[in-house]
Amino acid sequence: MLYIFCPHCGLRSQNEFAYGGDATVKRPELNKEISDQEWNNFVYLRKSPRGKHLELWHHISGCRQWIKVERDTSTHEIFKTYKADELTE
Amino acid sequence: MQKYSVFSLIKNAFSDHQNWEVAWKDPTPKKEYDVIIIGGGGHGLATAYYLAKEHNITNVAIIEKGWIGGGNVGRNTTIIRSNYMHDDNALFSEFGMDLWRKMSQDLNYNVMFSPRGIINLAHSDAQMNAYSRRGNSMRLNGIDAVLLNREEVQKRIPMADFSDNVRFPIFGGLMQPSAGTARHDAVAWGYARQADSMGVDIIQNCEVTGFDVNNGKIVGVRTSKGDIKAKKVGLCVAGSTNILAEMLNMTLPIETHLLQACVSEPVKPLLDHVVTFGAGHFYCSQSDKGEMVMGGDLDGYNSYSQRGNLPTLQHVLTEGIAMFPFLSKLKMLRTWGGIMDMSMDGSPIIDKTHIDGLYLNCGWCYGGFKATPASGWTFAHTIAQDRVHELNSGYSLNRFNTGDLIDEKGLGTKTWIS
Repeated sequence: MLYIFCPHCGLRSQNEFAYGGDATVKRPELNKEISDQEWNNFVYLRKSPRGKHLELWHHISGCRQWIKVERDTSTHEIFKTYKADELTE
Repeated sequence: MQKYSVFSLIKNAFSDHQNWEVAWKDPTPKKEYDVIIIGGGGHGLATAYYLAKEHNITNVAIIEKGWIGGGNVGRNTTIIRSNYMHDDNALFSEFGMDLWRKMSQDLNYNVMFSPRGIINLAHSDAQMNAYSRRGNSMRLNGIDAVLLNREEVQKRIPMADFSDNVRFPIFGGLMQPSAGTARHDAVAWGYARQADSMGVDIIQNCEVTGFDVNNGKIVGVRTSKGDIKAKKVGLCVAGSTNILAEMLNMTLPIETHLLQACVSEPVKPLLDHVVTFGAGHFYCSQSDKGEMVMGGDLDGYNSYSQRGNLPTLQHVLTEGIAMFPFLSKLKMLRTWGGIMDMSMDGSPIIDKTHIDGLYLNCGWCYGGFKATPASGWTFAHTIAQDRVHELNSGYSLNRFNTGDLIDEKGLGTKTWIS
């Protein structure tokens, strides 16, 4: 069981959260000419590192806020959590 | 190579089974190979075997970080099927079914292929319609499919929950009678033994630490046992694909996720088929030892840990008990996890790359075991001929760019949603 610290609610069990995937992928800017390759990179390509991974989680059975979690993908250690709009280190 | 037969068994019984030849050697790596396959799992071993057998390329090494068959080929639920709707998947898998049927003879190794049939249960009229469509698509591609009504399902699996007032009543199901199971370890060992006998070097406990690329062409692999030169290199490393891709500065449409499986204590034979729950993600078959072999959802977040978390297991088994109430009375014997190379459309990639001489075999999601022979066969062809075979032409790396996705389940890129 993962225990995730929600910046809004405190420490909660994984059962209250839904995973939202890699938080480092950036959508191409609006109103800008975008190549197929840029779309491809955004939609499909993933680093999927072994080790530190910044990811989105949705506290769906809690405050319903999206948060960012920095977690190790091989040990499941959670280093730090952020509000969705907070800048990460 | 010593041929395995009832006579060799009797002969060796006289010497207390002490004089069997080793099934494969433990060589030190040579300075150079024609082809290096990275990953000594089912797909890698099969690739080396078909390189030697079909293309007469025997100066081949398989480099494996751990021991052969220690990854997903030893961690799956042994299900073999070709019940796909899309042509690319259907034709590829059905080609594989043919290799499965001949495998024990071909490898002189009993892989215990058991075509016991798979039943996908349907729990609504809409699902019956969808299965009817899938079954028709399968039959158009020459794959056997039978649509079963509720009574026909009950005759085959009377232990399922057919009582009144269940949340997900069984309306019927889609059956592929030629699907089944095989002994997973035997598949790895059988391919390894034959590949070894034809001259392939199986190098275990050898970790790849880097690649040598010169002018856009692969020239060698750096390993924990020294640098090895190679004209061609094939990646067959499932969940570790992204780790190697990073060494090559490649970013792939792959995420690594964890899938768990488990077996119950052994019980007397009661389940003749592989059965899948239609209102969630759960599948079950009974092994020859009597254990119920079960699996279901991914753990649901990127993971390289090779061991699972209990909330997912509880969720999966809740579905199992909804389908087969008797499961609640069984004790769990073992659970384990493997790391899956989840592609962004749920279908695999067998293709060349932008680096000359480097070939990619990945993205098997949680369907890699059944694909072992077809994957090895087509990957060997792709490497030997330096061009893809018709069977794996749909499994291109470029399809994400061109939009030619093969999204069998319609899940899109959210691989963790099941």
